[in-house]
Amino acid sequence: MNIIIAGDGKVGSMLTKALSGEGHDLTLIDCNPAALESTIERYDVMSVQGNCASMEVLRNAGVQSADLLITATGQDEVNLLTCLTAHGMNPNLHTIARIRTPDYVETAYAMRRQFALSLTVNPERQTAREIDRLLRYPGFLKRDKFANGMIEIVELRVDEKSPLRDQPLYQMSSVTKCQVLVCAVVRDGKTTIPSGDFILREGDRIFVTASANNLTVLLNSIGLITTKVRNVIIAGGGRIAFYLTMLLLREGISVKIIEQDRARCEELAEKLDGATIVQGDISKQSVLESEHIEDADAIVALTGLDELNVILSIYANHMKVPQVITKLGRGENMELLEKLPIGSVVSPKELCFNTIIRYVRAMKDSAGAAVTVHSIADGQAEAIEFIVDQDTKHCGEKLRNIRLKKNVLLASITHGRQIEFPNGDSMFHPGDRIVVVSGEKFPIQQLNDIFQD
Amino acid sequence: MNYKMMIRIHAWLLILEVAFMVPALVISMYTGDGPAVRGFVWTMVIALGISALMFLLTRHAEHKFYAREGMVTTGMAWITLSLVGCLPFFISGRIPNYIDAFFEIVSGFTTTGASICPDVEALGKGILYWRSFSHWVGGMGILVFYLAIAPADGKNDGSTLHILRAESPGPSVNKMVPRMRDTASILYKLYIVLTVLDIIFLLIGKMPVFDAFCIAYGTAGTGGFSVLNSGCATYTPFAQNVTTVFMLLFGVNFSLYYLIVLKHVSQALHDEELRLYLAIVFTSIVLIAINIFGKTADTSSLEPTIRHSAFQVASIITTTGYSTVDFDQWPNFSKAILICLMFVGACAGSTGGGIKVSRVLLLWRNLRRNMHSIFHPNEVRVVKMNGSRVDEQTLKNVSSYLAAYVFIVIITFLIISADPGNFDLTTNFSAVMATFNNIGPGLAKVGPTCNFSIYDNLSTFVLSIAMLLGRLEIFPILAIMSPSTYKKA
Repeated sequence: MNIIIAGDGKVGSMLTKALSGEGHDLTLIDCNPAALESTIERYDVMSVQGNCASMEVLRNAGVQSADLLITATGQDEVNLLTCLTAHGMNPNLHTIARIRTPDYVETAYAMRRQFALSLTVNPERQTAREIDRLLRYPGFLKRDKFANGMIEIVELRVDEKSPLRDQPLYQMSSVTKCQVLVCAVVRDGKTTIPSGDFILREGDRIFVTASANNLTVLLNSIGLITTKVRNVIIAGGGRIAFYLTMLLLREGISVKIIEQDRARCEELAEKLDGATIVQGDISKQSVLESEHIEDADAIVALTGLDELNVILSIYANHMKVPQVITKLGRGENMELLEKLPIGSVVSPKELCFNTIIRYVRAMKDSAGAAVTVHSIADGQAEAIEFIVDQDTKHCGEKLRNIRLKKNVLLASITHGRQIEFPNGDSMFHPGDRIVVVSGEKFPIQQLNDIFQD
Repeated sequence: MNYKMMIRIHAWLLILEVAFMVPALVISMYTGDGPAVRGFVWTMVIALGISALMFLLTRHAEHKFYAREGMVTTGMAWITLSLVGCLPFFISGRIPNYIDAFFEIVSGFTTTGASICPDVEALGKGILYWRSFSHWVGGMGILVFYLAIAPADGKNDGSTLHILRAESPGPSVNKMVPRMRDTASILYKLYIVLTVLDIIFLLIGKMPVFDAFCIAYGTAGTGGFSVLNSGCATYTPFAQNVTTVFMLLFGVNFSLYYLIVLKHVSQALHDEELRLYLAIVFTSIVLIAINIFGKTADTSSLEPTIRHSAFQVASIITTTGYSTVDFDQWPNFSKAILICLMFVGACAGSTGGGIKVSRVLLLWRNLRRNMHSIFHPNEVRVVKMNGSRVDEQTLKNVSSYLAAYVFIVIITFLIISADPGNFDLTTNFSAVMATFNNIGPGLAKVGPTCNFSIYDNLSTFVLSIAMLLGRLEIFPILAIMSPSTYKKA
C-alpha cells in the first residue's frame, strides 16, 4: 500500500521502521529537513519537506494515489486539518489522526465524519488506561488483553524468592494452581519462544497467557503481594496524568499529583476535583521527602524527561513503594534498563503504534486479518489475535500433527466462553479466537502465515 | 566500516559484469574470433572465481551501511569492474599493454569514449561490442542496475540511498518513488526504452545492424566509442541527425521523463535546468554554424553546416564525443565554444558528464547573491531553483565541488605536461578536459581523428583516474584515497 506519514517524530519513525519492513511504500512529510534526511538514510522511504496541511505538499507526497494517511505531528490542529485536506483531495483515502489534547477528544469523536477520520489515536489516554489496568493488579509489569478481555498476556519477573525459579515450564501449572502458558521469555535482553522443557532462571522476564478470571490466583500462587492500591502519587502533571487521575478518582483511589509548573497546577486543580495537586520540583530530594512518597501504595513517574522518570522509580523502589510505574517516551535501548529496578514500563509511543499497525494490517487484508496486535518483550515479539474462519488451514486437526513455523507458538484457543491453553491434542474450529505469539522478524499478516505448509 | 557488506556487493557486481559480457562472447564465437573468445572465457572464469571467493568470505554480512561505506563501495566497485572488464582486451592480445587496456575500459565505463587504439576496426566485432556495451552499462550505472535487481530480503533500510547518490550525477540526488528498487528500475526502464527507440531510428537511417546497436549504446551512455575508424562521418545524414537528437535526449535529467510518463508534462517542460540546457545548445549551434559556414570543404552549403554544428555541439555538451567531421580544423572561436561546453556538461541525473548545467546555474545564482550582499550587506536573499529554495548546504556542496574540480584539472594537467612526449599546451589541456569531463576526443594531437596512444603509461593511468573522478563526481574516488576513511576513531 502507499502510505503517507505526516510528522517524523518518535511515533512517525517507529511506524516508518515497521511499515516499510512490512513492504509498504512510504512517503514521509515533515518541516524539519534534518529529521527527514536522517530517516531516509535509515529506511527505504521517500521524503517531502514542508507543512503537511498544505495542498501542494500533499500533492508532492502523492496523496492522490495514496491509500492511507497517518498524521502524527506535534499539533492536533495540524493533524486534523491535514486529514480533512487530504481526504478532500482523495476521497478514497483512509486517515488516521493522533489527537492528544483533552479539549479535542470529544471533537475527534463527534466530528469524525466531518473531519474524514477513519481512526483517531490518543496515546496519552491509552497510556492512562494501561496504567490504570496495571494498578489493579500490582505485580504484573505489563498486561495485554485479548478475546474481548477474557484472556490476558501478563509480564512477570522471576526474582530470587519466586517459586517459579529453576522450574521447567511443564511444571508451571502445578505451581500456579491454574491453567497458564508461558509464551515468551526475555533473558539478558534476548527473547525466546520457549518449549516445555525450558527452565526459568532468576532475572527472567516471562510473558504468561492466562484467563482474566485467574489473574488473582496466579499472583497469589507465586507469592506476589496484592494489596489493593488506595493512594497513588503521580510525578508530573501532563496529559497522561490528567487522564489517569480521572480514571483513578472514579474508582475511589486517592491521587496526589506533583507538578512543577504553577499555571499547570492551577489548571489541574480546576479540572480535577478531589485530587491533591502539589506544586514542586520532583527532582529535589526535599520535595520527595516532604510529600512522603514512601507512604504511597503506588508511584507513577510521568514527567516529560525519561531520565528523571527512571531515577525517580529507582528511588521509589528503594523506598519500598509497593508498585512503581515508569513512563518512557523514547523507548530506545530498552535492554539496558532491564536490569534496573524501575517497575513496570509504559510507552505511549508503543501503544499508539500497536493501534495503528493493527489498523494497517486489517486494511491490507480485511479477510483473516488480526483482531488484536500487541508487541511484547520490548518489541522483539508480537502477540496477535485471529478469528479462525473457513479459509483457515488445518481446522479440526490435532496440534501435534500441524507443523508451525519456527519461533511461533499458539498461546490460547477460545471457543465461545471456554478458554483452552493448547497442548498436542487441542484443535481449533471456525469461529474460535486464537492468540499467536511470534518471535520472528517477519510479520504474521494472516492466520495461515503461521503454518509451515 | 562494514567491509563484509561492501565485499558482498562487489561479488554481486562481478556476476552482473559476467552476465553483461555474454552477448559479446556470443558475437566473438559467431564471428569465429578465437583470441577474443579466449579473452572473454578466461575473464569470466576469473571474475566468477573471485566472486565465489567473496561470497564465501562474507556469509554473515550485516546490512548496516552509511554514507562513508556508500561512497567507498561505489568508488571501489568502479575500479574493480574496470580491472576485470579490461581483461578481454588484454588476454585476447588486442591491446597488449595492461594499462592501455585499463584506460580503454575505464573510458568505456565512464562513458568517456577516449580510445587508445589507432585502428579500432582491427579489434574484432566481439571486443568492439563489449567496448560499446560498457558505455551503456556505465551510463546509468552498474550499481543502480544492482539496486534495481538486488534481492530485497530484509533490506528495508535507506542505506542504498548512499550508493544512488554516489553513482548518479548531480548536486541533489533523491528517489522518485518511495522504494529504492522501484526508483532504480524506473530509471533503467526509461533508459532501455530510449535506447531501443534510438536503435530503431538508426536502422531506419540505413545504418548496419551491428553499428546501430553499438552507436546507440554509445549515445545512450553518452560515451562515444565508434566502431569505424572514421567515427560517424560515413553514416547517412538522417542517422547523424537521429544521433544528434538522441544525444541531447540522453543529456536530460531522467526524472523529467518520469514526470512526462506521469503526465506532468508542463512541469517537466518548465524545468529551469532543461531550459538553460536547451538555450545553451541552441545558441552554440547558431554561433558555430555562422563561424564555420564556408570555411571548410564540409561546410560549403547550409544543410551540412547546421548538421555538423548541431552534431558536434550535442556531442560535446552531452559529453558523448562522437564526431562527423574533424572539428580540430574549425576556426578558433568554434573550438573555444566547444571547450566551454566541455566544462558545462549535461543535466544532472542524466548519463552525461561535466560540471552539469544545474550546478552552473546554482553557481551563477549564488555568485550573484553573494556579490549583491557586498553592496547591500543587510539585504536577505535566497537562491531558488524551479520556484523553491535551494538550501545552503547544497550551495556549499556545489562550491566545494567546483573547487575540487579546479584542483584536479590543475594537478592532472601538470602531470600530463611532464609526459616524455612533450606535447603542446592545447593537446595536454584538451586531453585533461576530454577525459575528466568524460567526453572523449580533445583537440590537436588528441583530436577527433587521433587517439590517446601517444601518452606513456603514467599519463595514461592518471587520465584513467581522471575519467573515474569525472564520472563519479570526484568525492567517491577521493574517499578511497583519503586515509581518514579507514580510521577507526
